[in-house]
Amino acid sequence: MKEYFGIILAALLTDNFVLSKFMGICPFLGVSKKASSSIGMGIAVTFVMVCAVMVTYPIYHFILIPLEISYLKTIAFILIIALFVQIVEIVLKKVMPPLYNSLGVYLPLITTNCAVLGVTILNIDNDYTFLKSIVNALFSGLGFMMVLLIFSGVRSRVDEADVPQTFKGIPSTLIAAAILSLSFLGFSGLGK
Amino acid sequence: MSNFKELTKGLIKENPTLVGLLGMCPTLAITTTAINGIGMGLATTFVLVCSNIAISLLKNVIPKSVKLPCYIVIIAGFVTFIEMIMKGYLPELYSSLGTFLSLITVNCIILGRAEMFACKNKLIPSVLDGLGMGLGFTLSLTLMASIREIIGGGTWFGIKIPYVQSMTLFILPAGGFFVLGCIIALVNKLADKKPPEKIGCSACANASACQNKGGCDK
Repeated sequence: MKEYFGIILAALLTDNFVLSKFMGICPFLGVSKKASSSIGMGIAVTFVMVCAVMVTYPIYHFILIPLEISYLKTIAFILIIALFVQIVEIVLKKVMPPLYNSLGVYLPLITTNCAVLGVTILNIDNDYTFLKSIVNALFSGLGFMMVLLIFSGVRSRVDEADVPQTFKGIPSTLIAAAILSLSFLGFSGLGK
Repeated sequence: MSNFKELTKGLIKENPTLVGLLGMCPTLAITTTAINGIGMGLATTFVLVCSNIAISLLKNVIPKSVKLPCYIVIIAGFVTFIEMIMKGYLPELYSSLGTFLSLITVNCIILGRAEMFACKNKLIPSVLDGLGMGLGFTLSLTLMASIREIIGGGTWFGIKIPYVQSMTLFILPAGGFFVLGCIIALVNKLADKKPPEKIGCSACANASACQNKGGCDK
């Protein structure tokens, strides 16, 4: 139980995907303008992360390792993720149109989100068990959503602020992100 | 002469990181030492040139409807190749780049160049375009890594620099965001143009796949 708690704490706060692992920066900068789209993107990413881990874990341990082709994991994983995103999109469109309408636009963006491929590879590198992998994926996704949500609030203030012309837009956003990252540094050492 | 332009445009004028704002994740994550910056940049350049060659040769064979998965598989193949080479010959660099070496696969610079250039152009311009963009990426990574290493660690390429008091903050994640923000602001100042308000959809690798027409911000 203690191990799981450690994983949860690390995924949410100390080793947050966006602010300390630098994965998923593109959606972080692109989608974090509004709280509603931050939540949508966050849910979509969390969902795909958990499902991708559920699929890639058995494939790695029951197909790639017995056949001794574990070096093909990058190719196998990205294909699975691309395929999976496509399937999720088709199924959602048919089965749950309202959910599709709110999440659909984020799905194609997720294929090339490095956080999704990152979490599957990190789980393998850390030798997590199946359950630990899923917990890690779930809370990494939630951590991603949390930061997006916090940052959408920060950003609405930064966009209003009177900053020098050269710093307008992306530079001031990045510097605001630096300050947010600094505040998350305060959590380091937690859970050790 | 026009071929020469394909090579040089990526270096400064259309620099993928500082002007195009692509490939942010590796730019922020691995630029803690200058060696890492160069290593990552050159590995990405290699993959970019190879994938541009493969895609420009195969552009008439790949069906339009499945082009994204095809491109990703081609790119992932080259990434696996460079991963194995690096593991064999440069184990130290391999372990310090870690997961980000595998994540070259989803670097939007590579997919972006495949989508915007290699699938429409002949072999030679595609090679030069890949080389130019890759070197531009390497250049900006090395610049950023040098700044972070000198201020944050007091060294450059591992060589101790006298009289520099190191500020560990710059090696930490927060320093990455800060330095990148300042460099982009400086580039905007030097280029004397309006800074990018947002990440443009035209530069986004997903633009064709994304139904959210008119911007990722909606």
